[in-house]
Amino acid sequence: MTQRIKATCAALAVACVPGLMPGIAVGDPDDDSLTINGEIAIVTEAAAPAHTENLDTIYSGWRFRTDETQAVQMDDFDNPGMIGVENAMVDWATADGAAGKSCADCHGAAENMAGVRAVYPKWNEEQGRVTTLEMEVNNCRENRMDAKKWKYTGGDMTDMIALISSVSRGMPVNVAIDGPAQSTWEQGKELYYTRTGQLELSCANCHEDSYGMMIRADHLSQGHINGFPTYRLKNTKLNSVHARFKGCVRDTRAHTYKPGSDEFIALELYVASRGNGLSVEGPSVRN
Amino acid sequence: MASGAKPRVKVPKTAAAGDTITIKTLISHKMESGQRKDDDGNIIPRSIINRFTADFNGQNVIDVTLEPAISTNPYFQFDAVVPESGEFTFTWYDDDGSVYDTAKKITVS
Repeated sequence: MTQRIKATCAALAVACVPGLMPGIAVGDPDDDSLTINGEIAIVTEAAAPAHTENLDTIYSGWRFRTDETQAVQMDDFDNPGMIGVENAMVDWATADGAAGKSCADCHGAAENMAGVRAVYPKWNEEQGRVTTLEMEVNNCRENRMDAKKWKYTGGDMTDMIALISSVSRGMPVNVAIDGPAQSTWEQGKELYYTRTGQLELSCANCHEDSYGMMIRADHLSQGHINGFPTYRLKNTKLNSVHARFKGCVRDTRAHTYKPGSDEFIALELYVASRGNGLSVEGPSVRN
Repeated sequence: MASGAKPRVKVPKTAAAGDTITIKTLISHKMESGQRKDDDGNIIPRSIINRFTADFNGQNVIDVTLEPAISTNPYFQFDAVVPESGEFTFTWYDDDGSVYDTAKKITVS
């Protein structure tokens, strides 16, 4: 019965006061720990950063999944997201565009990108704005390789982001929110707490107020993006952060922002910063 | 050849004689069922992996017939007993006649 009341609260987005709702939510994070390939230790639980005001502890979405789904991510052979990583390795080494250059010609081995995923989105001094990893990939493609831009949430792009993420796995997410990035971060925060759509839900209503509860048949996580790109069992492909944002905003029955828009860039910076301290996990496996 | 078919296998490098080892295999393949239609309403022809085999030192370990309902990137995991050092060979047969194979050595002590 308790569950039912909670579910109703979540659906109506009524402010549920935790004190009035005794009992353990069935969707709470479990106590499992994550090591990938038996060698990459992943931090899935950490003290919330000071700027994540309304949470005490941050948990990776991995902790909210069933044991079976969790197991798929623990071995690269089992993780279908790694197929995307392998595809991207081919792209990484293949020259494209009029300049006749590949990623590898400038960057060397993909492993040299270790640590990059952890600090993006990041202030780009040259462009005078916060840029995401996808924007930097396209920046390289357009300006250095003289190649066609990739679609922001397209397969090639998401595979490439998965490759760049995979070499940073185990490193703590640590995006900068101060200095020139601060105004973008604040815009993202504003968006995070703004209710949208006919259902009038903000990101916080589900991922801050109600994590650990069920949203229909699924467990609500805290919505961190340390595991992106994420291989979802539901659509059997790698999903990018902005595609997921779009899905969430759509689910509130609102017109969504576009992937790659200023709004989503700001939101990505803010949401990434909420997970500062968790390990980079991408490509992760989720429902 | 179907584009992007790439076999992957995982076999332990070493084992003790008589051990049961777990083998994992996956081939990236679109596994087009032949039941779908394109935008113009024409049936997209079937293109699947229809057979998968694994052999150890020439002896057959597993021989699988695959049917159209099997989804993209077919994955097999199975156990095998290894009596001696040798080589596993894995073979996938495509509808279009292509054959993909790969091999893995194992040392038994």
